[in-house]
Amino acid sequence: MSDHAENAGNETHGGHETHHGDYVRVWKVLLVLLVVSVVGPIVASAIEHRPTALAVTLSTAFGIAVVKAYMVVKNFMHIQFTQRFVPYLVVTMLVFMFLLFAGAAPDVMKSEGRNWVKPGWIAENADYRAHHPDGSAGGAH
Amino acid sequence: MSSARPIATTRSASGMPTGRLAVWWVIASEIVIFGGILTSYVMYRLAHDSFAEQAAHTNTWIGAFNTFVLLTSSLMAVQAHKAADSGDGAKAARFLHYTCLGGILFILVKSFEWASEIGRGYTISSSPFWSFYYTAAGLHALHVIAGVVIMFIVAAAAKQYRDLHRVELIGVYWHFVDVVWIFLFPLLYIAK
Repeated sequence: MSDHAENAGNETHGGHETHHGDYVRVWKVLLVLLVVSVVGPIVASAIEHRPTALAVTLSTAFGIAVVKAYMVVKNFMHIQFTQRFVPYLVVTMLVFMFLLFAGAAPDVMKSEGRNWVKPGWIAENADYRAHHPDGSAGGAH
Repeated sequence: MSSARPIATTRSASGMPTGRLAVWWVIASEIVIFGGILTSYVMYRLAHDSFAEQAAHTNTWIGAFNTFVLLTSSLMAVQAHKAADSGDGAKAARFLHYTCLGGILFILVKSFEWASEIGRGYTISSSPFWSFYYTAAGLHALHVIAGVVIMFIVAAAAKQYRDLHRVELIGVYWHFVDVVWIFLFPLLYIAK
């Protein structure tokens, strides 16, 4: 390959500046993070103190997943070199994702509320039925 | 401008080439699709301990190996982009072919993994966990297959030094597929 091609670090291509960095180095860091994300939860399973084990698992598995994703988006997808509305677009979609979680989580994750209770949960929960023989929903707690 | 040139190489009102704009729109819509599946999974995973019991049957090492394969294929894709930017179509095509190999290896490993799990009785209708597992991983696998097919087409053109701007576009899509797997891996294979 020509010297020009080898030295093509920053150049205009298709209407924007593309800044090529040391991709192999980024890849090596990603592999190290992959190893940590696999080994972390294994180490955590040997920790008897449950809150500590949970913290280690969450930080190594999911915290590192966020870091890895950020590295790929920044170094491989070059999102910072696109027009400014592109990161805003992506962040907006992520906000929608969290809105979905916030809106649906109470229905999915809770079995009863102030004025409602899941019929299926009543059928499975003998303790609740014992305290609510008429099958009334909510408001009693 | 010649009418023979694809519109994706021209600038749009947004200030960026139409092709790149289109890819980012696709990614934005894909975030909602995969985001919906993943957030639903997290809700059920947190609410039901049975998910952890079922997740214990997935093979972490196979998931880790496939993560390694996709990360490496992403490296190949971005090297293809770099080669295309420098005008070296042949080199870009070669790196795209390496990326395709990564995608094919990923699918082969996934096929072996699924055959093993189905053989042990874990099917899409076994439990809510396995429904999420096959839906999320299956949809992701379809994206991998689509990416490989498109990449072969782009590589064939790049080899003839045509439409080199498309190397970047398929690369951005491929990296997104990689990012989705980065989140699927801990959710389906590690959180047990």
